[in-house]
Amino acid sequence: MNAAYEFVTGPLAWAAWGIFLLGSAWRLFSMYQLAKQKDAVSLSYMSLFYSMRSIVNWLIPFNALGWRKNPAMTVATFVFHICLLVAPIFLVAHVMLWDQSFGVSYVTIPDNVADIMTLVVIAACLFFAGRRIMQPEVRYITTPQDWVALVIVLAPFLTGFLAYHQLLDYDLMIILHVVAGEIMLAAIPFTRLSHMVFVAFTRAYMGSEFGGVRHARDW
Amino acid sequence: MGIADRLIEDVGLRGGVSKLTPEQIQKTVNAVISGETGAKLKAYAETCMRCGLCAQACHFSQSHPDDPSYTPAAKVQATMGVLLKTGGKVSPEFIYGMAQLAYTECNLCRRCVHYCPIGIDTGYIMSTVRRICHKLGVTPQYIQDTAHSHSATFNQMWVKDDEWTDTLMWQEDEAREEFPGLRIPLDKEGADIYYSVIAPEPKFRTQLIYQAAAIMHAAGVDWTMPSEPGWDNSDMCMFTGDFEMMGRLKRKHFESAQKLKVKRIVMGECGHAFRSVYDMGNRWVAWKMYPVPVIHSIEFFWELMKQGKIKLAKKYPGPVTVHDPCNVVRGRGHHEKLRELVRFLVDGPIIETASNREHNICCTAGGGVINCGPPFKNVRLDGSKAKAEELRATGVKTIVAPCHNCHGGLEDTVHRYKLDMHIKFLGDIIYECMEKPS
Repeated sequence: MNAAYEFVTGPLAWAAWGIFLLGSAWRLFSMYQLAKQKDAVSLSYMSLFYSMRSIVNWLIPFNALGWRKNPAMTVATFVFHICLLVAPIFLVAHVMLWDQSFGVSYVTIPDNVADIMTLVVIAACLFFAGRRIMQPEVRYITTPQDWVALVIVLAPFLTGFLAYHQLLDYDLMIILHVVAGEIMLAAIPFTRLSHMVFVAFTRAYMGSEFGGVRHARDW
Repeated sequence: MGIADRLIEDVGLRGGVSKLTPEQIQKTVNAVISGETGAKLKAYAETCMRCGLCAQACHFSQSHPDDPSYTPAAKVQATMGVLLKTGGKVSPEFIYGMAQLAYTECNLCRRCVHYCPIGIDTGYIMSTVRRICHKLGVTPQYIQDTAHSHSATFNQMWVKDDEWTDTLMWQEDEAREEFPGLRIPLDKEGADIYYSVIAPEPKFRTQLIYQAAAIMHAAGVDWTMPSEPGWDNSDMCMFTGDFEMMGRLKRKHFESAQKLKVKRIVMGECGHAFRSVYDMGNRWVAWKMYPVPVIHSIEFFWELMKQGKIKLAKKYPGPVTVHDPCNVVRGRGHHEKLRELVRFLVDGPIIETASNREHNICCTAGGGVINCGPPFKNVRLDGSKAKAEELRATGVKTIVAPCHNCHGGLEDTVHRYKLDMHIKFLGDIIYECMEKPS
């Protein structure tokens, strides 16, 4: 077990972070090259002001028409993304790992808060899954890739929760948790999760077109 | 469920599809995707999270609540999604359905933009699907006929060069009975305003030219209309996917104005032409900004109002509701000017539809859908149920709609859903209510 733990928190972690960071950078770079080559008539209308205007307006809950008309989805989407980022980044145990490995330490959140956030992420995943199954218009457009993305995100939180509470075999669970987290990181550049990398730019482009050319709101 | 279950016979689509082979399809699909699309399409295809929020945005899906295949994301998945997934390895019969969907079940109105957190431009994707259909020669016959007319005559309605000037002189002649000093100045160099229209005006809505001339005359505007091709600002080629022709049309239009050394172009009350001139056509000919300033009638009339050049003898009896045409409101932000103008012209309040301003619901005629003609009329009217319900809820008798396409569509909607409403152009109301100089 120890050897396995050493492996997943050692070489495998390096690999996962490497794939995530280099993969994301490569995806962004190659997408930008492609945009320069093929989408010049779009790129030339990009505006920082209107990009930010659009991004900010979409980051305000219940501000955009789509958010207003879907309160449950809005709440689920916002709390999901906030908890998804905050819980793992500021978890005491994770910060300790940074400290042990690199001597880097920073602010943390209390464990019980992280625990609730983890449950929120799990609940939101179930909500998203429920929509995919129950809501006809969502079911109709759901593809296997969407399920893959959902499971990839759910797994580290579910295993993390089980490990923290030592509900099943802890040694096994912690390894599964680390592996699940690494799969998520490595999957970001190459699955639907790539919206994490691209969404700021698709949003910015739409904001630029609507602000600069169409003089209308895009939210 | 899906387009394959609701195919409609159309001579243009059927004839086009009958000449296709799978090899040809694959070659053309990939030529367009690799040659004309790039990061935009790729990012859209990859980042759509299939959340389904866009279902509520689209009047087609709102009007068919039990059929999720009308959801914008589903329409993309059934067309471009399949092309990307298969690398263009699809059958001619698939192309038939894809074309029918892209040309008749999406108005390119971009309302889904307000629902998509990612910022996916479904209108762009559907335009690209149409582009592929055009290159495959699979286009609905009626709209293709207008595109042919554009190619042959530089106007949409097969109006002959002599008929054009004849119509203008005829309207001038008629109008001089009411306004003895009125002229429709042809080819006047250096005029302040170059007034351009869409070809349906000389073809069958000549009273609009009459009214425009009357308003110009009453307001004392220094204006002109061109006698030669370039006068038609409309652009069905933009909607069929014939972008080469779209570029030629816009170049012709601007060059016609440049030749006359006019200060500005004012466009009649048309939505799609404005989209073509200020957003799409100019880009195709690589003008980031248009070479001659262009304004829409809404803005022009608003300016005349602000300058005190429209004097009213009476106000139009309200209340009214305002229909916001996608291409000049979501496409150009003219909603407040439009309302200021309507408040100036109308005695009584504006009763808003539930979805208004940028969030308006499309008339279901735009994007070339009405131009696909009688075979698809019922598709269009089934899709306008959501719009009809919003209109009915206002309880008013008058809809102000500053767009030709919206007029045509709303007239059919009013008739189909027995709304007992009538539809007015701004020009109709101004002409009716203004002080008429002798």
